[in-house]
Amino acid sequence: MDTRQSSLAERHAVADGQPQVKFVTRGVHVYYGEKEAIKGVSLDILNNEVTALIGPSGCGKSTYLRCLNRMNDTVDSARVTGSILLDGTDIYDKKVDVVQLRARVGMVFQKPNPFPKSIYENVAYGPKIHGLATKKADLDAIVETSLKKAGLWNEVSDRLETQGTALSGGQQQRLCIARAIAVSPEVILMDEPCSALDPIATARVEELIDELRENYAIVIVTHSMQQAARVSQKTAFFHLGDIVEHGKTEQIFTNPREERTRDYITGRFG
Amino acid sequence: MTDTSRTTSYLQSEEAARRVKKRYAAEKRFRFYGLAMISIGLIFLAILFYTIISAGLLGFQSSQIKVQVPLTAENLGIEPGASREDIEAISGFKLTKLARASLHTYLGLADGDRDARARSDGLLSNGVDTQLRDLILDDPAIIGSTVDVWLMAHGNVDPFLKRQISRDLPEERRLLNDQQLGWLDRLAADDRAALKFNTNLFKMGASADPELAGVAVGLIGSFFMMVLVVVIALPIGVGAAIYLEEFAPKNKLTDLVEVNINNLAAVPSIVFGILGLAIFINLLEMPRSAPVVGGLVLSLMTLPTVIIATRSALRAVPPSIKQAALGVGASKMQAIFHHVLPLAMPGILTGLIIGLAHALGETAPLIMIGMVAAVFDIPGGPLDPATALPVQIYMWAGLPERGFVALTSAAIMILLAFLLTMNATAVILRKRFERRW
Ligand SMILES: Nc1ncnc2c1ncn2[C@@H]1O[C@H](COP(=O)(O)OP(=O)(O)OP(=O)(O)O)[C@@H](O)[C@H]1O
Ligand SMILES: [Mg+2]
Repeated sequence: MDTRQSSLAERHAVADGQPQVKFVTRGVHVYYGEKEAIKGVSLDILNNEVTALIGPSGCGKSTYLRCLNRMNDTVDSARVTGSILLDGTDIYDKKVDVVQLRARVGMVFQKPNPFPKSIYENVAYGPKIHGLATKKADLDAIVETSLKKAGLWNEVSDRLETQGTALSGGQQQRLCIARAIAVSPEVILMDEPCSALDPIATARVEELIDELRENYAIVIVTHSMQQAARVSQKTAFFHLGDIVEHGKTEQIFTNPREERTRDYITGRFG
Repeated sequence: MTDTSRTTSYLQSEEAARRVKKRYAAEKRFRFYGLAMISIGLIFLAILFYTIISAGLLGFQSSQIKVQVPLTAENLGIEPGASREDIEAISGFKLTKLARASLHTYLGLADGDRDARARSDGLLSNGVDTQLRDLILDDPAIIGSTVDVWLMAHGNVDPFLKRQISRDLPEERRLLNDQQLGWLDRLAADDRAALKFNTNLFKMGASADPELAGVAVGLIGSFFMMVLVVVIALPIGVGAAIYLEEFAPKNKLTDLVEVNINNLAAVPSIVFGILGLAIFINLLEMPRSAPVVGGLVLSLMTLPTVIIATRSALRAVPPSIKQAALGVGASKMQAIFHHVLPLAMPGILTGLIIGLAHALGETAPLIMIGMVAAVFDIPGGPLDPATALPVQIYMWAGLPERGFVALTSAAIMILLAFLLTMNATAVILRKRFERRW
């Protein structure tokens, strides 16, 4: 009841020029068998904003992120409780089709994982299975715009038939982003998308994230404080399966309320 | 003296140099052992091939005798413009007699010399009638003319022309007596007795006479069975593996199934023969000696291999590929069939090759379901009685006639060629599925 009202309240705020709420999560617990990996996390994800999840290794950032598109369903031992509302609908409701949910909430993984198929096939696969384009021309258009949005078009437009796996690491990661955008999701989840990339490729992807913010809600897990500070508007600090502190990125990095946050950001532990 | 300086000096000491030398020596020794083992294997392989090929090459040749046969309508007992049916109806007895008479004429044997005539008849195969009939059927226009034609020699002649049996053997221990050998020499000197390519080997089925025996029935039987194994074991095996690997809940029951599949792969093949006999023949009343039953039995035998290979191939596909597919909203089915399975295909095909190679060489289970019968007629479909190549080899290996020794090796060569063709196909298919990462 409470959660529904707060989400509605925030949705009304759109009229005042505030970003619209995409995800409302309240009291999310995740168990791997007996082990409780997430202990009651509550967080809102807003549209047109980048939300960064930071925290020491093993604190549950990836686990929380995977709740948002139900990737945890693929882990046999995982169990999720609490409420996760996407536009006001509980995504763990029986009526929600997980396949459609994942089309709305795209994901980019830590290690670039293009399909061992052509660049074109990589981007076209999602639209194809969701029936977003029936004609070849439409599909071509989707592939082109997705690659353009991902900032990869100029580099690959003349060799769309080459293997996606033959690209460099940074290009592969941008290809994966293009693949995620191609199904026109509303939210994009990124789990350490730059951890396998060199600084130049990283800068390119960060730029891209900033551009994508215009149209999507983005959640990014990162181990780099600088990256979080550079790309995100909101930051949530996770520790031992809990959110210690969350708020505007500026505030978290300049004036954290909690001791533990300050210690982590300044590199004193983690 | 600090610790680090000690290590540095140690690494430069003689003791350290000795250790390095020892390490290299050990590596060298290991390489030598490896080479030696591979060489031994290759030597045995070479010996195997040498014995099979040297014995088998003779099987691809057969002794033939050239005789002038007057194929007049009168001799054949038909009208000049006879129809096919008429030709097919000519009695084999008449044709045999005609061929034998032609040889009598050549050898100049008198009408009354019955003993000599009988001995001369012993030079020609019992299958000359079929040979003559096929000749006429091929070209009915030759009726009325005298044809000079190569006819099969009797199996007893064969070892002499191939010089497998010494002529110095005392006459009473020889299959041909001095007179017959003399005739043979005369024919040979006249270019009328020679070794020719043995077409019967590929055309004929079982026969008591080595010169009339062939692998056709076994080859076709084996072919039908292999097709059945691919058609049955591949989809069922791959389906079962996908279910077990990706969909089945992990519990005691699936553990039990898994253990049993692994055990089934190690069950002696004859047990599958008994199973086939009990279920397919006794219970379902399928025909005996039919490739269908053989194919089903061999499929059962191959299934565990295919399942195990498929499961490990599926497991070898990086999970990130499946996650990527799920991440863009593919269903589990789609992720598996669009992405995981194609990547697992090379591994699956490798498993299939191993399974098929096993199945092709299997004899015991086929004997259980009655595929050891002597089948003369070429099977027209998988329901007709047939035998299998290895079973044919097994049967020939047990026959005493000299001619079958060469045939056995020749059949082994054909079996190996079959196997190589099959494997080459699978390797080519696998290459097409293999993708760079
Ligand atoms: N599939 C799984 N099965 C069991 N436990 C898991 C599984 N995945 C994660 N965990 C546990 O859940 C906890 C949180 O893991 P998670 O991967 O979410 O951490 P993280 O914050 O993403 O760490 P990192 O920064 O190293 O990626 C860890 O203690 C981890 O051991
Ligand atoms: Mg993680």
